[in-house]
Amino acid sequence: MISRRDFLQVSMAASALVGASGFGNWSRLAAQQALTQDQLLQFDTFGNVSLIHVTDIHAQLKPIYFREPSVNIGVGGNRGAVPHVTGADFRKLYGIDDGSPSHYALSSGDFSSLAQAYGRVGGLDRVATVVNAIRADRPDALLLDGGDTWHGSYTCYHTEGQDMVNVMNGLKPDAMTFHWEFTLGSERVAEIVEGLPFAALGQNIFDAEWDEPAELFPPYKFFERGGVKIAVIGQAFPYMPIANPGWMFPEYSFGIRDENMQAMVDEVRAQGAECVVCLSHNGFDVDKSMASKVTGIDVILSGHTHDALPEPVLVGDTIVVASGSNGKFVSRVDLDIQNGRMMGFRHKLIPIFSDAITPDPEMTALIDEQRAPYKAELEEVIGQTDSLLYRRGNFNGTWDDLICDALMSEREADIAMSPGVRWGPSLIPGDDITREDLWNVTSMSYGKAYRSEMTGEFIKVILEDVADNIFNPDPYYQQGGDMVRIGGMGYRIDVRKPQGERITDMTLLKTGEAIDPAKNYVVAGWASVNEGTEGPQIWDVVEAHIKKLGTVTVQPNDSVTVVGA
Amino acid sequence: MDFTRRETLALGGAAALTFVLPFRASAAADDAIAEFTGGAALADAGVELTAPEIAENGNTVPIAVSAPGATAVMVLAAGNPTPGVATFNFGPLAASQTASTRMRLAGTQDVIAIAKLADGSFARSAKTVKVTIGGCGG
Repeated sequence: MISRRDFLQVSMAASALVGASGFGNWSRLAAQQALTQDQLLQFDTFGNVSLIHVTDIHAQLKPIYFREPSVNIGVGGNRGAVPHVTGADFRKLYGIDDGSPSHYALSSGDFSSLAQAYGRVGGLDRVATVVNAIRADRPDALLLDGGDTWHGSYTCYHTEGQDMVNVMNGLKPDAMTFHWEFTLGSERVAEIVEGLPFAALGQNIFDAEWDEPAELFPPYKFFERGGVKIAVIGQAFPYMPIANPGWMFPEYSFGIRDENMQAMVDEVRAQGAECVVCLSHNGFDVDKSMASKVTGIDVILSGHTHDALPEPVLVGDTIVVASGSNGKFVSRVDLDIQNGRMMGFRHKLIPIFSDAITPDPEMTALIDEQRAPYKAELEEVIGQTDSLLYRRGNFNGTWDDLICDALMSEREADIAMSPGVRWGPSLIPGDDITREDLWNVTSMSYGKAYRSEMTGEFIKVILEDVADNIFNPDPYYQQGGDMVRIGGMGYRIDVRKPQGERITDMTLLKTGEAIDPAKNYVVAGWASVNEGTEGPQIWDVVEAHIKKLGTVTVQPNDSVTVVGA
Repeated sequence: MDFTRRETLALGGAAALTFVLPFRASAAADDAIAEFTGGAALADAGVELTAPEIAENGNTVPIAVSAPGATAVMVLAAGNPTPGVATFNFGPLAASQTASTRMRLAGTQDVIAIAKLADGSFARSAKTVKVTIGGCGG
């Protein structure tokens, strides 16, 4: 008899074949200029259960451009492992041809020209078409939303997430977990969650005062699909009160709580679960680590770190699936569950090419209805860009450089700091910058731009602290963002050193002088997690700056020297 | 609004905890362990310590210890100026040998639990708890 592990490996090869043939087809189709919806959706239905995973949509209702990172450094055991492989190395690893649709969708390099050829990606009306097509194959497929859904746009900010709730309800998900949702404040979160027509899950969402599971968020939910009893366990972002302002949701405590995850897996198995799915917002490396410690999970649908992988990663008997961000991808995972065991799977990461996939008209109407009251504000052109504007990457993106320039110029600061978040779509050279575009990269409920004096020593403490949250060799100590973006100052970072020793050669760019630990510098920044931060909203600061520039040209930024990668 | 220096300092208040990192285990912690165990060897199994990887608030970090059959469990914050946190004593009628409490941590450091087991031997468990500025979640 073939062991379970053999089955998984056999089906992993099968999955790779599905992926490989898919890529091959796309490349040929690209040559014929005929990328079609049928090809994108092609999937030989497998086994008895289908999972559909979307995550980290960040309120992107409409098609956008989204450039994948060129710098995504892995440390410790994850050095050189996916998702820490980028650009040409990524294409080589997965056998993706240069210039192919997969190149454009999954990796960095030649982004601006490929974006012109292949167009925008995402749009929840296109996602709806894909979800409906999968449901046509398998009517009882489970649709699972990994969170970071009710945050990230002009309309989401002004409706406090209601636009996303309305549109997602139209997609009819079966369960969801959370991260940025909590930055709406716990009262608003409770108001929405109490009315949700699907499960709001989080085994690691606890009551802060009593350190007991929070009543509003059950740890798991059972579904019976294809004659299989499936338990979906939720795992919210573990470091919410640390990475985001804890004062906005003081009632809740989080953490990885893998001992409780194991207890929940054991509990659902004891109740007869034949298949255990973890809907996670841990981030990919944390999920891999958790999968090596917690036994009995068949599938982890991984979110938070915005990675898009064309194949699941196998950890023990668990497959870990990464489905990208900003509505750019939908993952379909078919499982063959027999006698309480996963005997095989088939997987496809479906890129949402917005020009190839026909929008679902009902969903288009629903989206437009949410946007209609704000149409004029959304469409107002603030300026133009000559440069590719993007954010994704460990150290800096051109959007961040523009934001830092705006902070230094509008707030008369020596140094600017911008948070290392991974959300925010891209714009390509020649694009107008609309107010909507600007809010897509700045919108949040704690966006006030502070201006403050900090000593050189304190600036180093901040950089060291944030660097350790990204480059600590143990994933459980990583929060999953990127390095804080710095304007006006250069530095050298050795990612393999311990905390306190990574950052050296801090230099004030305008004078070329070394940063003096004892001297005070004027620092402007935004997204402080401290309560009572005052200043203008960041989108107003950047809008004023862009209006003065007219056309934005971002110079190449080589102020950060990275070693040890 | 522009921050005054005082407000700036307040802004950095939580972060000021992390100026010296990581906090080293003090001689006081070693002395406390030696006093509790009488210098006996420490086994790796026998006591379980549950603590967060990263503290949500360094001023009140929840931890729990569990040591089936133990007569006492000592908890230390090795990097605090005064490492002693608590010693839980369990009488013969105790239904279970578990306890939980909250502690204040001066910075990233190891939290240590030492259990005195029923047979008089000792077990040790430790976990690094990180205290961080935070603020840059993806």
